Amino acid sequence: MTALEIKAILPFMVLAAAQVAIILGIALRRSHRLTFALAIGAVIAAVLAVLLGPAPSPHSLTPLLVVDGYAVFFIVLILLSGLFTFLISYGYLEARRENREEFYVLILTALLGSIVLVASTHLASFLLGLESLSVSLYALAAYARTSELSFEAGIKYLVLAAFSSAFLIFGMALTYAEVGSMEFTAIAAKAATPGMGPVFLAGMMLIIVGIGFKLAVVPFHMWIADVYEGAPAPVVGFIATVSKGAVSAVLLRYFMQVDAYGGNSLTLFFVCIAVASMFVGNLLALFQDNLKRLLAYSSIAHMGYLFVAFLASGGLRVTAVVFYLTAYFIVNLGAFGVVTILSGKERDADRLDDYLGLFFENPWIAGVLTVMLLSLAGIPLTAGFIGKFYVLAAGIDSVLWFPVICLIVTSAIGLFYYLRVLIVLFTPAPENAAAVKHTLSAGAFALALPVFLLVGLGVYPGPVLTMIINLAAR
Amino acid sequence: MILFWIVFIPLAGGLLAWLAGTRGPLAGRKKDLSARFISLAALVLDTILVVFLFLGKPAGIAGGVWLARVNWSWLPALGIGFHLAVDGISLLLVLLTVFLGIAAVISSWTEIESQVGFFHFNLMATLTGIIGVFVALDLFLFYVFWEIMLVPMYFLIAMWGHEKRIKAAVKFFIFTQLSGLLMLAAILGLYFFHGRETGVYTFDYFKLLGTHVDTGPATVLLLGFLAAFLVKLPAVPFHTWLPDAHTEAPTAGSVILAGLLLKTGGYGLLRFAVPLFPEAAMEIAPLAMSLGIIGILYGAVLAFAQTDIKRLVAYTSISHMGFVLLGVFVWNEKALQGVVIQMLCHGISTGALFILAGALQERVHTREIERLGGLWTVAPRMGGAWLFFALASLGLPGMGNFIAEFLVLLGTYEVSVAMATFAALGLVLSTVYAVWMAQKAFFGANREGWRIPDLETRELAVMTAMIVMILWLGLYPQPYLDKARDGLSTLQKNAAVSQAGGAIKVFGRER
Repeated sequence: MTALEIKAILPFMVLAAAQVAIILGIALRRSHRLTFALAIGAVIAAVLAVLLGPAPSPHSLTPLLVVDGYAVFFIVLILLSGLFTFLISYGYLEARRENREEFYVLILTALLGSIVLVASTHLASFLLGLESLSVSLYALAAYARTSELSFEAGIKYLVLAAFSSAFLIFGMALTYAEVGSMEFTAIAAKAATPGMGPVFLAGMMLIIVGIGFKLAVVPFHMWIADVYEGAPAPVVGFIATVSKGAVSAVLLRYFMQVDAYGGNSLTLFFVCIAVASMFVGNLLALFQDNLKRLLAYSSIAHMGYLFVAFLASGGLRVTAVVFYLTAYFIVNLGAFGVVTILSGKERDADRLDDYLGLFFENPWIAGVLTVMLLSLAGIPLTAGFIGKFYVLAAGIDSVLWFPVICLIVTSAIGLFYYLRVLIVLFTPAPENAAAVKHTLSAGAFALALPVFLLVGLGVYPGPVLTMIINLAAR
Repeated sequence: MILFWIVFIPLAGGLLAWLAGTRGPLAGRKKDLSARFISLAALVLDTILVVFLFLGKPAGIAGGVWLARVNWSWLPALGIGFHLAVDGISLLLVLLTVFLGIAAVISSWTEIESQVGFFHFNLMATLTGIIGVFVALDLFLFYVFWEIMLVPMYFLIAMWGHEKRIKAAVKFFIFTQLSGLLMLAAILGLYFFHGRETGVYTFDYFKLLGTHVDTGPATVLLLGFLAAFLVKLPAVPFHTWLPDAHTEAPTAGSVILAGLLLKTGGYGLLRFAVPLFPEAAMEIAPLAMSLGIIGILYGAVLAFAQTDIKRLVAYTSISHMGFVLLGVFVWNEKALQGVVIQMLCHGISTGALFILAGALQERVHTREIERLGGLWTVAPRMGGAWLFFALASLGLPGMGNFIAEFLVLLGTYEVSVAMATFAALGLVLSTVYAVWMAQKAFFGANREGWRIPDLETRELAVMTAMIVMILWLGLYPQPYLDKARDGLSTLQKNAAVSQAGGAIKVFGRER
């Protein structure tokens, strides 16, 4: 192994070492503050290791991993999301009875799994990354052990995710049987040649089922509302962003390698998934009185929008997907950050009633949530708009009129429930209601970050766009 | 650069007003007062800049019609520029915007009592969005401004509106946003057509003018644009958001909705829809003109059937904006001049009617026409102002609205006698509802025994200014027509030159 390769793999090693160190630390002495500091330090060190690493020309580390510009972008995004999760979780965990320190270990494991995912070029590393991500998430979803909902969420996620992993592995086996290789390039080459055999097709379909489950696109979305509702708020933010984002990144890497993709049977499959997700997500979200469930269904819809970009063929595809994902990361971290910050000792602040008149009680937090909702709704001057604009542009450039029209119509449906939450924020709470007094932790200041990024990327996305376009060109 | 300031001074003023209204050093009610004065000062400053441009000589940019221009790079990777420019048409509409903005701030001086700072921020942000729409010449930027005005307007209705405000606000938002997205898709379609043809991917209006698109796709793209503009205008099948939104909004909101937001639809037709797709526009012109006439008649008939005074005024807007739609698709010089004057006059007269309706509601706490009556003796100044604007609304000669509708009808007559005849019926119907409305509210017996204070100095000042403007436009519209002429003839030229086949057919005349 050369020095360059060691440098390239350094962030992975930093994260792995940090976990071991923290586990040992917990065994010696339980200290929430110390664990928190160590975890933050580990993530910052990993980010620095990425940024100060070798210039991001592609570095293949064994056939399994590649650290190219594209991977670096997502690794940094994922690590920063982890960092943000730590910042807002501290106060949340402080208020609870459970053991606090293991939370950080589990998140670090999940982060390691995710960055392996985005750098993977091989089905084996893909599976390894995905499983270390998922296994940590099972435990995280059930982290509030004393809450029945949380426990239920953990079990549900475990059973269904294990089931989907079985699909995935079987699909991988079938694909390997046909292609004779597990490398993405070989599989992509096979997919691009016309006349694929039934075994290969079945394998690909099973893999897509596994991926579709992780992304919670229709019809593999059954778990999402219950898990979002039951799992602790910071964990939900983490699942929504890091887990889905990393899997989308892999999917995009695969798509990028299948150049001549149009015309085969999988395209139709993806169109169906995209359209169904947009409609089902937006329609079901209309009926929710629980903010976490509402965001769960809305995230199904957003994955549908993202699939429209995946389907596009032109040069805009990668930019659209990457920018949309970036905006999606920021907005979900912000929204679940708000839920986390407002959550009391007993339960998460997830009922819409909890937000009644928030603007009058706490304009700052209400303002943050307003910006997040406007971005989700795709209103200009937020990153969500630029993302949606790019998806539309990519779709129209590739003449995908049907999905584009569906996107427009379902976006309008989506407005109903985003506006509903907005109205709740700005409606004065009735005087006699037992007002939930929100005590805010220091994490409230961390919420400035997503707001700043969303508005910044919405007003002047130029530099980030240039960066993404350069990634795509490589 | 002056354009940049004209667009963003209201926003800055709004932010300042918000700050002063919540964190300001003054105590209690004075805090609210400071928010009001800051907004007012910002708008007056803005007006001074606009008038300065208005009186100044053309700067001679791009063929002399553009009076001021800003063209900065924004997102060069996509061919998006921060491109603002103003010609006579835009300038007149911007002038209307700041004028009605001031009227809106003054008329809500005592009406709004909660969250005064935030109210003024929303008001001023809406104005920034509207001015931006009138001056943006980059289609992406145009769309951004188009959407920006929605959010604060939504808050204005949902937070300070009347009884059914939430439903009205949501309906307004969804109608405009959905139609806006269709326009965005059409803008993108045009962008790619132009890019494929020339290799230059840009959202710049001047570069996109004259893009050759086959009639089939061009019609589809035009329909995308029309979706947004006809909903905003509104044209008849797409108007259902309007009565709700206008009725439930607070006074300032109604003034801005009726006086300005509707004009963005008319302006969009004038500046973008027809010049970008002249052939397709010609194809669908008969249909669009019919929609305009249906709107004129339908709005007038429904206005007569209303029992809520704000709702009545709202339906008259539909009728008057029908003339705009008709005039734009007639597309000859007379009709277009009529359209511009109609937008100005309707803005002022309907704005004034909403201010009066708001003042009335503040005093009697009802909008039911049946419960009003006999107010003339109690509040003669209010009655006089109401009668004046009711007469303006029916198009009495001597008032601007008459000039406007007459010009549109004259233009229409050159194209189709039948259409002109039907549209003229609207004038008859408007007489019915306008006289009826004044009669019911201010004359007859004062059955409920209303005793209300008459208009105070503050309100009287606004009314006087608006009356003067309507009379000026009615008696001596020449300066305004002159101001708009160059801009209009350039629009006509653009639409004609980009016809395929080289032979310049003057759009409109030959049907």
